[in-house]
Amino acid sequence: MLKFFNELGVYFILLGKVFKKPDKTKVFWQQLVFEIDKIGLDSLGIVFIISIFMGGVVAIQTAFNIDSPWFPVYSVGFTVRQSVILEFSPTIVSLILAGKVGSHIASEIGTMRVTEQIDALDIMGVNSANYLILPKIVAAMIINPILVVISMFLGIFGGWLACYFTGLVMSAHYVYGVQLDFRGYDVFYALVKTIVFAFLITSASSYKGYYVEGGSLEVGKASTKAVVYSSILIILFNLILTQMLLS
Amino acid sequence: MIEVKNVNKSFNGKHVLKDVSTIFEQGKVNMVIGQSGSGKTVLIKCIVGLFEPDEGSIFFNERNFIGLGFKEKKEIRKEIGMLFQGAALFDSFNVEENVMFPLNMFTEMSLSEKLDRVNFCLKRVNLENVNKLSPSELSGGMKKRVAIARAIAMNPRYLFCDEPNSGLDPKTSILIDNLISEITKEFNITTIVNTHDMNSVFEVGDNIAFIYKGLLWWQGTYLEIMDSDNTELNDFVYATELMKKIKKK
Ligand SMILES: Nc1ncnc2c1ncn2[C@@H]1O[C@H](COP(=O)(O)OP(=O)(O)OP(=O)(O)O)[C@@H](O)[C@H]1O
Ligand SMILES: [Mg+2]
Repeated sequence: MLKFFNELGVYFILLGKVFKKPDKTKVFWQQLVFEIDKIGLDSLGIVFIISIFMGGVVAIQTAFNIDSPWFPVYSVGFTVRQSVILEFSPTIVSLILAGKVGSHIASEIGTMRVTEQIDALDIMGVNSANYLILPKIVAAMIINPILVVISMFLGIFGGWLACYFTGLVMSAHYVYGVQLDFRGYDVFYALVKTIVFAFLITSASSYKGYYVEGGSLEVGKASTKAVVYSSILIILFNLILTQMLLS
Repeated sequence: MIEVKNVNKSFNGKHVLKDVSTIFEQGKVNMVIGQSGSGKTVLIKCIVGLFEPDEGSIFFNERNFIGLGFKEKKEIRKEIGMLFQGAALFDSFNVEENVMFPLNMFTEMSLSEKLDRVNFCLKRVNLENVNKLSPSELSGGMKKRVAIARAIAMNPRYLFCDEPNSGLDPKTSILIDNLISEITKEFNITTIVNTHDMNSVFEVGDNIAFIYKGLLWWQGTYLEIMDSDNTELNDFVYATELMKKIKKK
């Protein structure tokens, strides 16, 4: 327990070093663009595949479960839209990114730590935490919401594809359901979650990498831990934010 | 000139540096020698501020580094160049970007001015036409030389080298040693070199400090080390059969 509070303290001290004005604004922008490219565009493929299949599965499951005359067929479209927007896109995509981006960040920063590259930055007088971590956090907080919005469209489209090819629900009914009773606040809620998750993933993984001690074995361990921590944080904050924003 | 005064450092109750005081002179290659684990790296890291000493003060030309805030430390750090044991080149950058990095961070030079400086530094360490290679494409000796080029890019007043020739063959070692020595004299830098390679000590060492079990056990010049009758120092210096033979002559 003491260890937990100790780690939390170190984490906040690190954040204090991260959120400073960058030494050189121009260098910061270059880093930011680079990270957006690395974190965002590199993840498009996996987001694409997961979203389409996710939407498809939700559509088929709903269609089978509401196989009763009391439920209108358009509720399939409605259900797909609601679950994709509220939960699947923000949370599942963030979890996937925690695995992909989190492990990458922790191993990159961890390797720099054990090969003394971070010491080299510090000696020059560069604020290494700020230089390395801030662009990553900001980049993820910008690009992850965009990925999630893309994922929402793809998920709903995936549901449509599934209905169309299985013939469970007619296209027109599905589309009607998707448009029914749409609330912009749901999207807002989803994006707030995503931004918080993006911050948690990048900051927790950077923290794990930044304080690695030892060699490549420890870097590997840190990268695994980064994914575990990020995932747990996402699940935890999902509950907290849902309670705060939807009730 | 760097003055170290009564520096103590412990890790979890293990006393690594015990009241170390010494002076490292400007324009000289100041060597710190001692067995593996004696505390050389810890001393250097205390001086440059990667470790905070538990006690003591460190003066960079009369400015006490200990207790300064990040901003004031940064001003002194811009005058420090350091060569790490493993070179510590940034592996996401190529050679040119590595040497240019401090210029990008701390100067307002134009791109062509920066390129001129980069090429000057690379030429100084006898490297040409490697600008676009990535660190993984370089040999160990080349990495060290790029790291020296990066360390001198900002015209440092102080140069620190941690085991500059570990993992290098004798010929490349001498090359690196001579390079460090030449640069020290040419730009009148205060240079501190950690090593357990006696070859380098006799080759380029001006002043020598011997660390034994965390204590500054002996110090003197290159000539004095030959005639010293300090037992621990002699055990260290003349550890190999070859050195013993040389001593007899
Ligand atoms: N970060 C640290 N945490 C705990 N102990 C440390 C740390 N760094 C060094 N030590 C301890 O300090 C002692 C001196 O280590 P140091 O790295 O200075 O040796 P060295 O003289 O540089 O040896 P070598 O020639 O092998 O590089 C060692 O016993 C080491 O275990
Ligand atoms: Mg050492």
